[in-house]
Amino acid sequence: MMKAATMTAYHQPKLALGPVLYYWSRETLLDCYERISAAPVDILYIGETVCAKRHLMNTGDWLALAERLSATGKEVVLSTLALLEAESELKTLRRLCENDRFTVEANDMGAVRLLAERKMPFVLGTGINVYSDQTLRFLAGLGAKRWVMPVELSRQTLSTIQAGRPEGVETEVFAYGRMPLAYSARCFTARYHNLPKDDCQYRCLNDPEGLTLSTREGQAFLTLNGIQTQSAQTCNLLPELAELRELHIDVLRISPQAQGTATVIEAFAACLRGERDAGEAARALNAVLPYGACDGYWQGQAGLRQVAALP
Amino acid sequence: MAMSVSSTASKSLELVCPAGNLPSLKTAVDNGADSVYIGFRDDTNARHFPGLNFDVKTAVQGVQYAHARGRRVFVALNTFPQPAGWPRWERAVDQAAELGVDAVIAADISVLDYAHHQHPNLPLHLSVQGSATNYEAIRFYYEQFGIRRVVLPRVLSLPQVQHVLDNSPVDVEVFGFGGLCIMVEGRCLLSSYVTGESPNMCGVCSPAKAVRWEETPNGLETRLGGLLIDRYAPGEPAGYPTLCKGRFTVADQTYYAIEEPTSLNTLELLPQLQAMGIAAIKIEGRQRSPAYVTQVTKVWRAAIDACRRNPSAYTPKPEWLKELGKVSEGQQTTLGAYHRTWQ
Repeated sequence: MMKAATMTAYHQPKLALGPVLYYWSRETLLDCYERISAAPVDILYIGETVCAKRHLMNTGDWLALAERLSATGKEVVLSTLALLEAESELKTLRRLCENDRFTVEANDMGAVRLLAERKMPFVLGTGINVYSDQTLRFLAGLGAKRWVMPVELSRQTLSTIQAGRPEGVETEVFAYGRMPLAYSARCFTARYHNLPKDDCQYRCLNDPEGLTLSTREGQAFLTLNGIQTQSAQTCNLLPELAELRELHIDVLRISPQAQGTATVIEAFAACLRGERDAGEAARALNAVLPYGACDGYWQGQAGLRQVAALP
Repeated sequence: MAMSVSSTASKSLELVCPAGNLPSLKTAVDNGADSVYIGFRDDTNARHFPGLNFDVKTAVQGVQYAHARGRRVFVALNTFPQPAGWPRWERAVDQAAELGVDAVIAADISVLDYAHHQHPNLPLHLSVQGSATNYEAIRFYYEQFGIRRVVLPRVLSLPQVQHVLDNSPVDVEVFGFGGLCIMVEGRCLLSSYVTGESPNMCGVCSPAKAVRWEETPNGLETRLGGLLIDRYAPGEPAGYPTLCKGRFTVADQTYYAIEEPTSLNTLELLPQLQAMGIAAIKIEGRQRSPAYVTQVTKVWRAAIDACRRNPSAYTPKPEWLKELGKVSEGQQTTLGAYHRTWQ
């Protein structure tokens, strides 16, 4: 088979779809996963990671969705909240960490503690600061089986960490999407609508891809998504596929958007199968991005820059 | 275990003041700081600014000065080392231990782990950069590294702080005054997104070398990494272009979309903080001048003493607020996240 031949020649990363970071209606979300279940993606991270007030899917709904998606042959991981403040949020966290069926992605050290205590292998999400192989080794000792590199690290740092990474730990890279950059107590969507957070009226439901923030010269550079701030530019590391393989990256994460995610998955999958040129595919994806692509962090520069020239 | 409010209510709040250099440390001690926190002259701390911080010689002098007067010195080693820089952090931890400082304030797991094992008698505080906003996270750092204290990020409301306190295995320190991070500390990459340098990686936010001030026909413009952060009309007071404190456009509105240029001031919450059983109040501002440190330390010493003597009669004196107002960013202050409506 063609695939086997490819695998001996190259390290073959798996494809993952990250958690939906925005607040979508239940129908939109379930429709999206219905379609994705047939898409060539190996791992699905699901769950609410941004705001505990988003209630259209409760913990039981997420667990039920996990069962359904798992039945389609996907690896399902339950992602947890990044900013935990209230006891009710810890209660939800405990329920997720105590599930015996699915791996959990920790996005806060509180989650790491609960998972380590239960001796359950877990994933370290982008919300956990792993900046060195020492830190990774420590957390692997507590049960981390995979880590997602913090988005601000460069390929150079990653290559050093890869050289010292502990046996059996997988490395995942945020390869495509608007990067989560910050979390706050304040809800910026509610602030935009002049509403207090406690009476936000769930306005973020109206912005399935967040609100774009621009300078007064009209240069878009951030996306407001409730208490989370993301990049406005889309990180696209598809052109770096050869290097990602060389670095033995195990998983490439695509972060879902309301529009075009299936196309992105198809493009990555086709490039991984060797059926499409990564530069050409990246250029096609970038052509439809409203605020362009960026790879600055990967190249060791300001994150919003696009450094590599595409063919 | 949970701390009972009654047993700690009479205990005085520890006043923790910033020092970016030896004159600041001395004036903090002279004006009533119980503890002073400092950093070394490199990227091992989150205020890695040119001309700031302590070398070995000044650190030795600072520790001697404080200890001779019964005060304590903490060293902030609160950035996240990448593999290439690791020897600097190792050296910094060793140096802090050799100096005989009273605690190291750290955030990164490898730094905490190294300090915990190499210097078991060196007390560790979890930095605000450690992003511990809930007691399960605090328990993690306590169980793994034996931290003695946690500094809470500036994102919790007062009832949330109380809940953390009731369940925290260690003392809790909160920010009382100074520059206000709107984002959870340790989890904000905005600065590196625009400039390539962040608090986590480099110990800087919105670094001065990326700043440009320009007089234009449209007014004074401030830029960071080339991005327009704010534009000021003639006569309008201009502020440093900290990324999150500029005026930006979202859809049809131009406003302080993330946060106004303002400082945190919790002077009026002091009786509540004291009654809750908070162990220490931290003043932000190692990058500020000795004059700032003098002013702020004086006011907070007087306020803490007044509050301890008679909490029920305590109100912030107008002259205290006036003094603090003078050194506040944008000459404005806020209760920040402690007050729920701010969120």
